Amino acid sequence: MTDAPTSNNTGPDTDMEALKPHRSLWYDVWAQFRTHRGALAGAAVFALILLAVGVGPYLHTVDPTYLDYRSKNMDPNWAHPFGTDNLGRDMLAQVLAGGRVSLAVGFTAMGLSLLVGVLIGVLAGFFRWLDGPLMRLTDLFLALPLLPLLLVIIMLFRDTLRRAFGPETGIFLLIVFVIGITSWMQTARIVRGDVLALKEREFVLAARSIGTRERRVITRHILPNVLSPVMVSATLGLANAIITESALSFLGLGFPSDFPTWGRLLFDGKDFLTLTPSRVIWPGLAISLTVLSVNFMGDGLRDALDPRIRGR
Amino acid sequence: MLTSRKLLMTAAAAALLATPALAQRGADGQLNILYWQAPSIQNPYLSGGTKDIESSSLVLEPLAYYNETGAMVPALAAEIPTVENGGVSADLTSITWKLKSGVVWSDGSAFTSADVVFSGDYCMHPEGGCNASTNFTDVASIEAIDELTVKITFGVAKPFPYGPFVGTTVPIIQKAQFENCMGAKAPECTEQNFGPIGTGPFKVTEFKANDVVLYDMNESYREEGKPHFSNILFKGGGDAASAARSVLETGEFDYAWNLQVEPEILTQMVAAGKGIVVTAFGTSVERIMVQSTNPDSALGDERGTVKHPHPFLTDAAVRKALSLAIDRQILVDAGYGAAGQVTCNVLPAPAVYASTANDWCKTQDIAGANKLLDDAGWVRGSDGVRAKDGVRLSLLYQTSTNSVRQGTQALLKQMWGEIGIETELKNISASVFFGGDQSSPDTFQKFFSDIEMYTNNFDGTDPEKYMNSWTCKEIPSPANQWLGNNMPRFCDPAYDALAVELSTTASLEKRAELAKKMNDMLMEYGAIIPLIHRGGVSAHAVTLGGVKMNEWDSELWNVKDWHRINPS
Amino acid sequence: MFRYTIRRLLFAIPTLIAISFIIFALLDLAPGDPTANLPLTIDAKTREQIRISLGLGEPFHIRYIAWLNQFFVNEPLNIVEQWFGIEFSGSAERLRIRSWSTRSPVVDLIIERTPQTLWVVGMSYVVGILIAIPIGVISAYRQYSWIDQAGTLFSMIGFSVPTFFTGLVLIVIFSVNLQWLPMIYDTTHKVTDWSSFLFQVRQMAMPVMVLALFNAAQISRFMRSSMLDNLNQDYVRTARAKGMKEHVVVLVHVLRNSLIPVVTVIALGVPQIFGGAIITEQIFRVNGLGALLIGGIEAADIPLVQTLTFIFAVLIVGFNLIADLVYGILDPRIRYD
Repeated sequence: MTDAPTSNNTGPDTDMEALKPHRSLWYDVWAQFRTHRGALAGAAVFALILLAVGVGPYLHTVDPTYLDYRSKNMDPNWAHPFGTDNLGRDMLAQVLAGGRVSLAVGFTAMGLSLLVGVLIGVLAGFFRWLDGPLMRLTDLFLALPLLPLLLVIIMLFRDTLRRAFGPETGIFLLIVFVIGITSWMQTARIVRGDVLALKEREFVLAARSIGTRERRVITRHILPNVLSPVMVSATLGLANAIITESALSFLGLGFPSDFPTWGRLLFDGKDFLTLTPSRVIWPGLAISLTVLSVNFMGDGLRDALDPRIRGR
Repeated sequence: MLTSRKLLMTAAAAALLATPALAQRGADGQLNILYWQAPSIQNPYLSGGTKDIESSSLVLEPLAYYNETGAMVPALAAEIPTVENGGVSADLTSITWKLKSGVVWSDGSAFTSADVVFSGDYCMHPEGGCNASTNFTDVASIEAIDELTVKITFGVAKPFPYGPFVGTTVPIIQKAQFENCMGAKAPECTEQNFGPIGTGPFKVTEFKANDVVLYDMNESYREEGKPHFSNILFKGGGDAASAARSVLETGEFDYAWNLQVEPEILTQMVAAGKGIVVTAFGTSVERIMVQSTNPDSALGDERGTVKHPHPFLTDAAVRKALSLAIDRQILVDAGYGAAGQVTCNVLPAPAVYASTANDWCKTQDIAGANKLLDDAGWVRGSDGVRAKDGVRLSLLYQTSTNSVRQGTQALLKQMWGEIGIETELKNISASVFFGGDQSSPDTFQKFFSDIEMYTNNFDGTDPEKYMNSWTCKEIPSPANQWLGNNMPRFCDPAYDALAVELSTTASLEKRAELAKKMNDMLMEYGAIIPLIHRGGVSAHAVTLGGVKMNEWDSELWNVKDWHRINPS
Repeated sequence: MFRYTIRRLLFAIPTLIAISFIIFALLDLAPGDPTANLPLTIDAKTREQIRISLGLGEPFHIRYIAWLNQFFVNEPLNIVEQWFGIEFSGSAERLRIRSWSTRSPVVDLIIERTPQTLWVVGMSYVVGILIAIPIGVISAYRQYSWIDQAGTLFSMIGFSVPTFFTGLVLIVIFSVNLQWLPMIYDTTHKVTDWSSFLFQVRQMAMPVMVLALFNAAQISRFMRSSMLDNLNQDYVRTARAKGMKEHVVVLVHVLRNSLIPVVTVIALGVPQIFGGAIITEQIFRVNGLGALLIGGIEAADIPLVQTLTFIFAVLIVGFNLIADLVYGILDPRIRYD
């Protein structure tokens, strides 16, 4: 016989309990995210772009590489809603196809840089003996002047990869790799800081004291808790990857000439700016809107995941 | 008083009448020139490209130029020596140049034959790394007979002895200035290389490498009243399209060179009315080289050598079909406009050398090409690509990175798709493609692809050295470090015999006949598919007069005659 | 603090040596031939001679040591000679790092180009900072008001729209259509009087606008978040309670404290002035260091690219150190030892 309350569910309080919706962390995050108008707009625009790029080529079936030479340099019309370029290729088809490539590069490169960054950050934060060397490595990468080295690496390995994997896959792998290994540093630093703080928390201590192996501590306890800065890094990384790929294509060092990406379209179109401005405006707008919407989403996500701001 | 007034007036009138309407030297002010590849040095013997040779031609002069029709005109020489006037010896082993008298360098010292002899020694020095050393092949000696006479003796009989000192690639430099810059020291004489003293209409006042060069008129220039411009701002950098824009649309510059842009862009810019586009045709031909050996990487060290013939390009029907399927006019319209003409010869100019035997290539004939392939047994597979005995007609097509070239590639890929040939496009950065890097597999000499496309030409008006490119000994291979000019690995003893005959023939008509025969041989065989006879395209302001666009020598060859046309 | 500085400096040396090795090795492996740009009519034997005259015959380690020697010993000696007029022995035989395309010393090329870069890119950085700080302050102060939304939108747009797009659009509007601003940057232009000064302003306007927008966007975001952190602090409440005027509270107390992280961000961004803006320099034809770098890479002018890249690396390491030290100096709460 104890004085502790029994768990009999009777009385008005428990009825109220049963009626209130179950609240979880992600529900709160979503609620906060919803209040950030820019983030919502960004998410909507991004979803729209993804939809257009994914489904568009099935609706608008013109081949982006077909040269309809007789109808070159046309203004927008029914057959070619975005006009044609100087060799007769349909611009809308090119923008859609280019979008697929640019977004694929963006997501994959972002994934790679997150992987490397989280790996290094967690290892550096968790294992003290790895911290020094890994952080020096990070400093080294931060100190390298990236753009010249990027340009040279691409020139060096473009043809080797092309021979091994074929022209398109080869350059895709190269650009993803190159962007991925040059943008992990920020993520690593942030993750390391968080892991250092988390390591001292009681629940980690508790897990250790019951004999959890280090790998499980990392995967079950540490990683889920560094998720929020990682997610913010992810959105920024996506934006950065898309811009870097466009910049590389704009300097002529990206994908081969018969392979449209948004940056490449801008590069090809810049000489025709006064003749057919739509060649520059549509890919430029596409890049800008994508990156803008991703940045807004990242902003909203950061506010939503910050417990000090959430619910204010 | 009246008399003195009358005297003054008559004196004034006499003065006005006595001097002919010779404009003052430098009356037209500043001339602005834009070359979108910036000059990096002013010494053409160490140059890094055409832009250096052309910008230095404002300062340095050769003994003779090639004018816009390809004929030689004397510059520092008094006349062109020939066999008829005794300047060239009857056995063709020596040539004697007489120099103009009274010419001075821009620092006031006299120009003599010693400078000519020195220039020859400078370029022939084995350690100098001189770009133009091939102009001096077979030269046994250059001697100064007297102050104004130079005799060049060759080791063999030269039907065309005008290699040394004709053309702006081989000008005369001042002995006193470059005396200590011979051989290995040549690149270290930065001051001299950036500011050579010359006899030309201008002199260098300020040189910023890869950026801008400032020139002032040469006060001691030998022609009175010339140059008409007092100074030149020669800017470099950017790209062809913005160079065109700066002359034709914004009017910031008076002259822009080498406008390799799509024709519709140029047409639109010309409509602004501020400038004129000028073209001239030389010997440049954009051509496709057809590989006759097997470039398959599985062959290891033996790929691209004559040990392994090509799986399908050795079939004459395939080579001819490739050429027949091309609509060359579309290629010209898409990429070159007025700066290109359809050509069916790898030797298109001067006119005496142009053959008419190959004009069948001027019309596209898809049906004929298809028939040729069908008759030769190439059957279309289920993917639309022709095959025979397990060999698919799939081409790897490489060229340098250049937007016009990529457009041409895309068009050809589509045209060949219509006759059942699959094409993979590849472009390589120019510094790799045209470089001689032994370790790179992407050079145009190694030619590890099925077809490659680029432009080549030859200096001056004599095609002997050019046609010799396709003799058997010029085949690039590991034995000669891939340093050969015969990219298609074409080898025909009859062709080699004609080449030998050409080297000993002196008469111009006979030479023309031989050269045409050699050209026709190459075209018949199909080792080279010529596409476009390319001209140079430049633009100048409407207010700039006297420009005579020249593809045989520097475009600025007659800058002394350029003047400002004032709107009347 | 002092020990920290010495430790960082000492550590920077092996970092720089490692970086120099990476840069030299990577560029050495790069394909491309400096004789590739020569006309095709020059035959192969001549090209080989030219290549040897450029020093390409030696093996890798000899060239690496030679380059290190030239960079760390010869060039500084030359600079000291030029600035102070002292003559060291062996000055005439000292080998200098020479560019392959101009055959002149690389350091001379860099010094020639630096003023251009400092003028245009440096000016845009300053303008960007001047725009960003007020926007950041006002956005934070009036959080969630329409000014904040507009400021956020502005910084987002500046951050997201690529500089090559804005540059091209500006050229079409202002150079081609309206003809207000010149399209090509005149590097020989000398400012001697008012009208030439106005011309200089006009030709700098577009590249500066493009870059300033980008820089302002980044800095204003930092400024805003830093201000937000500080505006909620207790000392602000105390200051207000004491009766201080609002603008004194914000502009004197909060701003100064908020500037600390922003200053470090600014310091970290300075190396970008030198090497960054490659694309903007390409578009506007400003002959700065970025254009020099691209030109060198395209022409396979390895000594130029190696030297320039290494100089950027030195600047990055140096300014990282300066940023950390400045942060330590400005913020008494940070103590490194």
